[in-house]
This record gives sequence, C-alpha cells and structure tokens, in this order.
Amino acid sequence: MTEIKAHPVDGLLRTDRIPHIWCPGCGVGTSVNCFTRAIEKVGMDLDKLHVVSGIGCTGRVAGYINVDSFHTTHGRALAFATGLSLSRPDSKVVVYSGDGDLTAIGGNHLIHAARRNVDMTVICVNNYTYGMTGGQVTPTTPDKALASTAPFGNYEYTFNVPHLAVSSGATYVARWTVFHVRQLTRAMTKALRHKGFSFIEVLSPCPTLYMRRNKLGAAVNLMEYFKENAVVQDGADTATVGLESGETIIGEFVNVRKPTLKECYEERMSEALGDEFVPYEGDK
Amino acid sequence: MSSKNDSTTETSPKGTVVLNEERCKGCTYCVRFCPTGALEMTDRLNPKGYRLPTLAHPEKCNGCDLCGMYCPDFAIYGKRLKKKQQEEE
Amino acid sequence: MGKSKIVDTGIHFIDGNMACAEGAIAAGCRFVSGYPITPSTEVVEHIAKRFPKIGGMFIQMEDELAASICFQGAVWSGVKGMTVTSGPGFSLMMEHVGLAAMLETPCVFINVQRAGPSTGLPTAPAQQDIMQARWGSHGDYEIIALSPSSPQECFDYMVTCFNLSEKYRCPVFFMLDETVGHMHGKVNIPEADQIDVRPRINTQRPPGQYNPYEVYEGSVPEMVKVGMGHRIHLTGLTHDEKGYPAMNADAQQKLVTRLCSKVLDNVDDISIIQSDDVEESDVVVISYGITSRIVEHAAELARAQGAKVGTTRLVTIWPFNDKAVAEVASKTKNIIVAEMNLGQIVNEVRRVTGPTFPIHFVGNAGGRTIDPQIIVEKILEVSR
Ligand code: SF4
Ligand code: SF4
Ligand code: SF4
Repeated sequence: MTEIKAHPVDGLLRTDRIPHIWCPGCGVGTSVNCFTRAIEKVGMDLDKLHVVSGIGCTGRVAGYINVDSFHTTHGRALAFATGLSLSRPDSKVVVYSGDGDLTAIGGNHLIHAARRNVDMTVICVNNYTYGMTGGQVTPTTPDKALASTAPFGNYEYTFNVPHLAVSSGATYVARWTVFHVRQLTRAMTKALRHKGFSFIEVLSPCPTLYMRRNKLGAAVNLMEYFKENAVVQDGADTATVGLESGETIIGEFVNVRKPTLKECYEERMSEALGDEFVPYEGDK
Repeated sequence: MSSKNDSTTETSPKGTVVLNEERCKGCTYCVRFCPTGALEMTDRLNPKGYRLPTLAHPEKCNGCDLCGMYCPDFAIYGKRLKKKQQEEE
Repeated sequence: MGKSKIVDTGIHFIDGNMACAEGAIAAGCRFVSGYPITPSTEVVEHIAKRFPKIGGMFIQMEDELAASICFQGAVWSGVKGMTVTSGPGFSLMMEHVGLAAMLETPCVFINVQRAGPSTGLPTAPAQQDIMQARWGSHGDYEIIALSPSSPQECFDYMVTCFNLSEKYRCPVFFMLDETVGHMHGKVNIPEADQIDVRPRINTQRPPGQYNPYEVYEGSVPEMVKVGMGHRIHLTGLTHDEKGYPAMNADAQQKLVTRLCSKVLDNVDDISIIQSDDVEESDVVVISYGITSRIVEHAAELARAQGAKVGTTRLVTIWPFNDKAVAEVASKTKNIIVAEMNLGQIVNEVRRVTGPTFPIHFVGNAGGRTIDPQIIVEKILEVSR
C-alpha cells in the first residue's frame, strides 16, 4: 500500500483542522464523508456553496467543510440561512445540524423555513441525544431510552421528524442512515440540486453518550442494526414512518417542485406593483 | 501498513487501499462493511492509541472505495488499480 | 428600474418611526428582518411598503430570535441590514447581539423603547433599556448606542448608526422611545449625494493572504463576504485570526479585549455630545433622547427665574464619553441627570465624577415623559 496522506475528498475539507473532534465511530463523520462526495458529484461551484450550522456535535460540521461557512447560535442556523439564501439566489445554502438543534430549540425556525419553502438544504443528523453537552434527552430520544436528564428512561412522545418536515411544507424529504452511504450520498445529491426546501434526516450512532448509556454496544452495532432492520419504502406516507413503531423506515418520501419563498415574493410583487417592482438582488 | 506484505495472490488484485494511520480512530467500519472482506483489524496502535485496520487480503480488494465512504475520519480509501499496476503489485 | 425614488428627498411631515425607515434606506440598508411589536411596528410597516420598489427585501420572521439573526445572514452576503423591535422583543434579540459582537457583523438594531419589565406598558414610553443595550447579552463586548430626540434626528442619526456599524463592525443600537417614535415633525431629507454614507468595504486581499480576524490596520479587521474565494469560517466560539475555534484563555483574552478596545479607544471619533451654557453654571442637566427636549424647555423656564443652568445631551450614550462628562463636571457645581427610568445613566455619571461631586436625579418608572416642572423645581432647588 502506498503512503499517500491525501484522501480523495481532502480538497473539500479544512485539512488543517483534521483529525476532527468527533468520537471514534461517530456517525457525523460518515455523514460528512457522504456530503463531500455529493458536492463532488453535483460538481458545484464552491464559491456558491455556503454551510451554516447551529450548536452541538453536528453543529461543528460547518467548521470542517472548506467552503464559506458559519457556526451560528443554537437552533438559529435556519434563520441565518434564510437571510443568506434570499440574498444569494445563485448559491446553495446548506444547514447542517443535529436533532436537538433543529427540532427542539430550532423547532420553530424549522417549521417556518419549511413552510416558506426557502431554497436551502437541511441535513439533520439524528443521533437521539444532545452529544456535545453530555447526552441529554431530545425530542427524538426513543421511548424509555436513558439520557443524563432522563435517568429513569424517556417518557415523552418522540418527534416523527420527516413527517414534521413534510407537514410544514418541505418539498424534498428523505431519511437514510449512515449505514446507507450510497443512498445517503444520492439523496444529498438530489437535495443539493433541489430548488426549494430539502430536508434529509440521517439516523446516526452516538456511541459515546447515547449508545454507551443505553448499553447498545459499539457504534458498529447500531450500523449493523440499520443494515439488518431498516426498510426502504420510497414514497411512504410520512405519517407512518415514526420510529416509535420499532420499524426503521427509510427512503425518499417527498420530492415535489413548488415555488420558493423568493419566487413567491417576486410573483406577488410583480402582480401587485407591476413596473414599480424592483427585485432584490443582494449586493449586486 | 506497508506495500511489502507477503500477499499470496494468485490473481492480481483489482484494487488497493490507502490508510492515513494518524487519522484513524479504530471504529472498525471499514473492516465490517468492506463487501469483499479484504480488511482486518490488527493489534497495532497508532500514536493516539487507536487500533488500526489492515488490508489483510489484498487479493480480495476491488478498489470499490466503500471503506472510504464509511470512514468517519477520512482515514482510508480504496482505489482501483490499472492493468499495469495490477501486475506490479 | 421602478419609478420609486430610493432617497425620498424633500420636506416631509412624518413620525420618528417612519423617519428611521427612510434614514435606513438612505444609509443603504436593503435587508430588514423583523417581528411586529408595539411601539416599533411602523418602522417595518413602512419598510415593507418601500423595499419592493427600491430593490430591498423585508421579511417578517417567526419571532425576534429569528429576526435578529436572519438579517445577519444577509449582511455576510454583502448587504447592509437591520432589525427593529421594542420591549420583550429586545430581550429575545440579545443572543444575536452577542453573535454580532463576536462575528463582528456590521449591523443595526432599532429599539423603540416602551415601559417594562415584561409586557409592561406596550404603548407608553420609557428609557429603561439603556443598560440592557450595553450589557444585555452575556460576556464582555462593546456596542455603540445613539438616542434621537426628534423625527429629523431619527433620519439623520439613523444614517450615522449605519456608518458607525460599517466602520467599527459592532452592533449599533438606535434607542428611540415611544414618544419619539410616534412624534410627528418636519423631516428634511437631503439629496442622496448630500448624505454622507459609508459604503461596505470588503478586503482587497486575495485568498491565501487574508484572514477574517487579522487586524491589518487600526483595530478593526477587514470585512469580507461569501463567494469571494476566501473560504471563510466564522464562529461564535472564541476564535483565532483565521476564524477557527481557539479553545483557550489566551485566545479569549486577545479576542475579547480587542472587541472592547476597538470601540473604547475610539470614543472621540464615535461620540456625539451637545452642551449648552455649561461654562460657569450652577447646575448642568444631563439627559438624552426625548428627555433632552423636555430638559431644554425646563432650562428655559428656570433661566427665566434666574437660574444659571446648562444642558448636556448625550446623542451617543454608548460608549460612555467619560472625558466629556468630566469636563462638564469641571465647569459646574451640580449635575442633574434626567432619564425616564429609575436610575441608569446617573450611575455612569457618578462613576465619572466620583462620590463627592453633587449628583441629583430626576426620573420615573416609565409610562410617561418627565414633567418639565419637576425638572425646573430640581434646577431651582439645586442652584439655590
Ligand atoms: S458525543 Fe456522540 S455525537 Fe458527539 S462526537 Fe461523540 S459520538 Fe458523536
Ligand atoms: S476498496 Fe472496497 S474492496 Fe477494497 S478494502 Fe475498501 S471496501 Fe474493501
Ligand atoms: S473506518 Fe476509518 S477510522 Fe474506522 S477503523 Fe477504518 S480507517 Fe480507522
């Protein structure tokens, strides 16, 4: 074997920051690996790709991708990205964050960004816990699972994340696991090409906090579980894909084209104002 | 890992892997999800104390790079060998 | 192009809120994210009408948390932006005041103050958010805050706010109150070329020779925007010159002291203070915003009764101009601080003058402007 240090996707990484902070077997790394390959496949102009993250383990993704990137505040990446996306209609803005960041503290922003069909891609890595702060319960923690703030087991109902996104108005919605690297990469490719609000939930192991506390073994065990148990059901009614059923239904659930926020704005203003309307073109 | 491992290949391998040992965190993904079973974990540790994988069966590697996609740490990748390279290996 | 004039040159009879909106437009602001709240809503209502005709973008977000960061995303695309709020909305925005301070995002926040705490008196004036503007987000940082006292000043100083935010790359607060926001008055909007507007200036350094937080000259780093090839990374974490997280006390010390000193070392350049009849007075009344107009009137009444009274008006509240206030103290025997709260700036004045200098206070808990007669009585009592 030849000792070449560079990895094929190194060009898309801030290699001066690698090795990254994620634990051994953390699925966030594998999801980023897929993401870089999707960027390559789409052949994007890297000056027109901007990554925005919130806070948390997944929130660190923005710091490792070698494009203009922002590590913002907890839950609010979506709102920041809305302003950026409206101002750069030729760019693709990607929000890359975790389940706690996007569905708990950022839940309101998630439903409204989806409702508006803002032209952006959201990658939501769901590892069922808050990793960065030590494994607390999130809206996606399974029933009875242990968390540092649910020491006797979680008793709250869990979010069906794809259904939340679809119900709110997202126009591309998929769920994959980090075991399904090829399918995940393909979904990311589609999401990056999608015009409008695209959302991918990525089920992912957090071996250090979620899995250890719940005695689920090593990271690879959850990967094996995904391999054995996940069922691909493209086009499934998202009302039926909640993880509480015990089934892990994955696939591309929704893929439709609807006018984006910017397009709706321009249509309304042209209709109402005629020649008087001057479209917003950012700093051009 | 070295290029001098005493492979007993009868047919020339179609692919190989490159490992950046310093980046590896020993998660075993590459070994477990290599479709041909070409990799194995070793007892060798990198400077940070993580167990390293190795291309134990080079003849099995087809260079599909699935290990490279699974690796959360951008530490390993597979590559296909051209005809000429295959003979050299 | 549409037919609408960008800068609405001419003499208008409008309220302070509308004058703010026109000032922002004249200053080059083209992105506003807001959330409706009394008594500031007219600012965004006017923006919502004007922007589609001049190539600007207004978006009403789902809450103030979103409104206070959405426009910052636009700012990093190269646009000038702001948000507008009051009362509880200002509290919600504090998280992103801190983010703007940390990322050094040039940005403007308008706060049309109402009486609090909590929901308080939504339709009544106060000057109770002065310390919140200064300290509202966690951590150490410095901001700039101006307070207008008339619709004309709402227009004029709005432009100043944007210019300062571009120059110092920190949050700039425009601290109105309900009275000024809703007060109608004559507003003279000059020709566009007569208005001094500082444009956004992005770095000229090519990728590889530029770090977003390296200071090449002065104390403020050079601005940048997405898409220039620099592959910037900006984080609210403590960071090094490259913008990368730097999780240690030395990096923290270096960054945060600079965030403060870039403002504090430039008080003379930033600060606008207006003093009248201070020399050889018996008493000077220090005030700001709407209260300074009441003080002017009260001082006239007191002078008619023989008082030797001067006035000092803080157009710029933050950074606090210690030097200017010390100079006022050196020229008079007493200072009265008048403000529509139970004592905020009065403590700053006391800090500057020391404990032995006679400082008097006139204030209220908000809800109504201060009765000029109370100030007159205080002036007469002190100068007797
Ligand atoms: S704590 Fe969990 S989510 Fe965070 S890096 Fe470690 S494994 Fe990943
Ligand atoms: S390149 Fe493919 S066959 Fe070769 S080791 Fe990697 S996964 Fe296995
Ligand atoms: S997948 Fe990567 S990090 Fe994990 S053992 Fe293999 S080379 Fe090491």
